[in-house]
Amino acid sequence: MSIKAGVHDVVAVIGCQKMTELGTPEILALMGRVGEVQWESGFGTTFPGYYAMFAKRHMHEYGTTREQLLEVAVKNHHYGAMNPYALFRKEITLEKALASEDVATPFQVYDCCANADGAACVILASEERARELSQKPVWLDGMGCGTASMSVLRRPNLVGLPSAEQAAAAAYEMAGVGPGDVKVADVHDCFTVAEIMAYEDLGFCKKGEGGPFVAERQTYIGGKVAVNVDGGLKAKGHPIGATGVSMTYEIAKQLRGEAGERQVPDADVGLTHNVGGIGQYCFVQILKRD
Amino acid sequence: MFKWFGKVNYTPYTKVSDFAQYLKDGHLMGSRCKKCGATSFPPRADCGACMSGDFEFYELSGKGKLHTFTKIVAAPTGFEDVTPYIVGVVDLEEGGKALAWFGDTIPEEGIQIGMEVQMVPRIFEELEEIKVYYSLEQPGTTWAKTDSR
Repeated sequence: MSIKAGVHDVVAVIGCQKMTELGTPEILALMGRVGEVQWESGFGTTFPGYYAMFAKRHMHEYGTTREQLLEVAVKNHHYGAMNPYALFRKEITLEKALASEDVATPFQVYDCCANADGAACVILASEERARELSQKPVWLDGMGCGTASMSVLRRPNLVGLPSAEQAAAAAYEMAGVGPGDVKVADVHDCFTVAEIMAYEDLGFCKKGEGGPFVAERQTYIGGKVAVNVDGGLKAKGHPIGATGVSMTYEIAKQLRGEAGERQVPDADVGLTHNVGGIGQYCFVQILKRD
Repeated sequence: MFKWFGKVNYTPYTKVSDFAQYLKDGHLMGSRCKKCGATSFPPRADCGACMSGDFEFYELSGKGKLHTFTKIVAAPTGFEDVTPYIVGVVDLEEGGKALAWFGDTIPEEGIQIGMEVQMVPRIFEELEEIKVYYSLEQPGTTWAKTDSR
């Protein structure tokens, strides 16, 4: 915004977070309060618990299966294994994921992203300065944000994020593209169902078809749209304050053709989708190369 | 006395604090806007439809249908002694939704989305301080009501 206003011509956006100094119960307590604290937190709600309830309802309404949910984790670990910056650089199998400990039913350990430490930085510049500073500038062509009620009890449904639908619609309109134009995307897969709901909220597939979409490998490189081929929050890790910036970093690398063995062929339009809280707000960006 | 509500209470001060006193006496209360008549559960002092701050409480039956649920195994600080516990979201017959624990009258294996449930006012008997909440029970479950207000 300050670049557009002419106040600055180059801005560094830095995100960082150090989460590993607290144990899991303390982090669950602190993060559980991103939910509504008056009527919900007193029942011991947790971040995984909220998304688990989205998952149960998605399974009930659309027939989404445990295997389809965990296919998200299998994919993201597959690509995380290729990312030198990922927290978990190893592949997992569906069998291993299905045998892991319960966290909040139906979620097991492998449905959940990891608390992590991390940092990322993006340099933003005006169009003129960007052309001087970079051989391969990446253009921020569209951005949108959306909001939803603090309480899940006041949402229109519990099978998607209305904030993500709003943010995506605004970003697509500003950039003059549609979901079918996006070749590579980084989405907020804090839990497996979150990635499936993101496919649907962003229009990569129809509502309710996110489970089969990942199981048919449509979000692998070579499918309709490559999603989280940096490992996503699941395998790359989720240092909250760094996650959004790291998504922009990854998509910029992809659009420049610098993603190495994870490179998506002909990546010319990319998308980032970053969610705050349990969908209380969402930001979507559309990035393009020259 | 809203600090009574919830095993751990994060919001002791609220415009609808009488809710906890009603709950202790066995009454489940929603709110009704005195200006436009819009009702809400959870209760709210300021109307979401017309923004009026003039409201009254009205009593709910507590009947509802299960919208979704989860069994929380990894619990936050303050809930270690009740872990694991099952949390459900209920579509209430009179409108609105509630989030609550499942009580003892419904076995875990019998829980299904869409099932009918009865929301019942509860007091934490095992705690010395007053702590009130509500739980999800079999339809037809009854409870005592008093009126200390």
